Amino acid sequence: MTDVLRPGAPREEILSLDGVSLWLSGREILHDVAFSLHAGELTGLIGSNGAGKTTIFRVILGMETPSSGKVLFGGHPRPRRNRSIGYVPQNIGIDPDMPLRARDLVALGLDGDRFGIPLPSRRRRHLVDEMLDAVDARDFADTRVGKLSGGELQRTLIAHALIARPRLLLLDEPLANLDIRSEQEVVGLLATIAKQQQIAVLISAHEMNPLLPVMDRVVYVAAGRAASGSTAEVIRADVLSALYGQHVDVLHVHGRILVVAGKDEAHHPEGESGHTVVPRGLG
Amino acid sequence: MTAVLNGIFEPGLFTSEPVRVAVVVGGAVALVSAVVGVFTVIRGQSFAGHSLGDLGTTGGSAAFLVGANPLWGFITFAIIGAGAMELFGSRRPRGRDMATGIVLGAGLGIAALFLYLGTTQDNTTGATITILFGSMFVLRASMIPVFAVLSVLALAIVALLYRPLLLSAVSQDVASARGVPVRTVGLLYLLAMAVAVSLSCVTIGAILSTAVLIGPAAAALRLTKRPGLAIAWAAVIGLGVTWIGILLAYDSYYWPPTGRGWPVSFFVVALVLVVYLLSDFASHRQARRAGAQAMAARKGLGGAAGGQPEGIRARGAR
Repeated sequence: MTDVLRPGAPREEILSLDGVSLWLSGREILHDVAFSLHAGELTGLIGSNGAGKTTIFRVILGMETPSSGKVLFGGHPRPRRNRSIGYVPQNIGIDPDMPLRARDLVALGLDGDRFGIPLPSRRRRHLVDEMLDAVDARDFADTRVGKLSGGELQRTLIAHALIARPRLLLLDEPLANLDIRSEQEVVGLLATIAKQQQIAVLISAHEMNPLLPVMDRVVYVAAGRAASGSTAEVIRADVLSALYGQHVDVLHVHGRILVVAGKDEAHHPEGESGHTVVPRGLG
Repeated sequence: MTAVLNGIFEPGLFTSEPVRVAVVVGGAVALVSAVVGVFTVIRGQSFAGHSLGDLGTTGGSAAFLVGANPLWGFITFAIIGAGAMELFGSRRPRGRDMATGIVLGAGLGIAALFLYLGTTQDNTTGATITILFGSMFVLRASMIPVFAVLSVLALAIVALLYRPLLLSAVSQDVASARGVPVRTVGLLYLLAMAVAVSLSCVTIGAILSTAVLIGPAAAALRLTKRPGLAIAWAAVIGLGVTWIGILLAYDSYYWPPTGRGWPVSFFVVALVLVVYLLSDFASHRQARRAGAQAMAARKGLGGAAGGQPEGIRARGAR
């Protein structure tokens, strides 16, 4: 890739959510969520289970329509069908009998929405091989998708999403169920992809520490509300306390960040017992 | 040598008109079912496939009652059933199974009524047997064009939707994010399945149609990991079991105890089971051999395993 980013140069905005709220069956799932994603940047969408991360993905993908607010793609409303978003869902189980090799699944990323039977083509095969190399998936290219390990399937699905040359790549909890080594590999891979291909990458996670070294921006979600900015701007006691509506502490331990419920009883409005509102494992 | 051949191909086999029609129509129908069935299995819709066959019973018995060709009864009710399943069903697999079960129950209830009315009116049980267990040797040559058109229709739908079907079998969400109209694809596929099942209701019977829909496909999926090859294998197996079934049924006229011949459907279904068990055995053996090879390769590599962390760990675990 030739484009070298000048530090401080404004990066192209790929996606923005502006005041997005979503009501589903009488409950407010998202409240006034706003953030933007930029080319070449890796953004972490951090929050505990049930905070609204997957719903935000569904809004971006057009599977849910916001009750209010705007979702703009490159400054425009998103088209109904959008090939420029790649999506890797949260650990999908694939039947071991599924007659698809990893390379077949990657090829379906190229033209899986087209009708008819594909003819074998050299160009297609070349593109698939290139993408398998990019995610370091050559070793298991001919393995059945149902027999891949979590990390292998993750990389295959990333290749599947990337082969269509998206501007935005969404990954729902890609690090869940990975061992530490695969976790580091996937994180490193995604950071490289964001920089080299100049696409915006949004990764949801309930645990932020594995993403800290590579995250350009963070969107922190709690109870359907979100705060966004750089890690230093967002992961602070005052910002997160306001988000949770109760006092939380942010502790830095050996380069890791821990968000823990505080003891200050005065800050929480509903009178709930202060230590139970923030679930464990926030990061 | 000639004696042996004569023993296998009993005299008159190749000159018999019913046998020739059975070979052509039965073969085509089995091929269509097997090809369509590959997607039934990978989409996890075996229950829906079976239910469409059972709904065929309702249609067949209704057609018998009004004196129409059973094929039209089978196909009308299978398509109505497919539509109802889609209407009541949801994206959740359990919701889909529930919808299928409800439609299936209603259909079989009506079938019970129609068969009762039909048999008490005509005082014959022949129709019930024909509808439930098929009648390959009583197919008429005049029906061949109709079977051909319907077969081509089912195959054309599957060929058209080949890639979207594969992708949505992997994940509905991934397919939908990729721009596949998942719902429409699912509905069109149900239509193809309804047509395939209706055709095999005529040849092999409403109750047994599941065997030719699911069996060859399930066996094929054990034999190959490539989608195109899986479809080819399923087609070959479907065609093979049907033709051998016809041969055995013809030969069985000379077998004890009755000298009346055994039903084709029995032979076909029995062969499907045998082929499935064989392919399952073959795939287990292959997996064991691959495992042993991987183990040997890893021993040979020694410390080099560090260079390929993920794959080795995962495959070693299996």
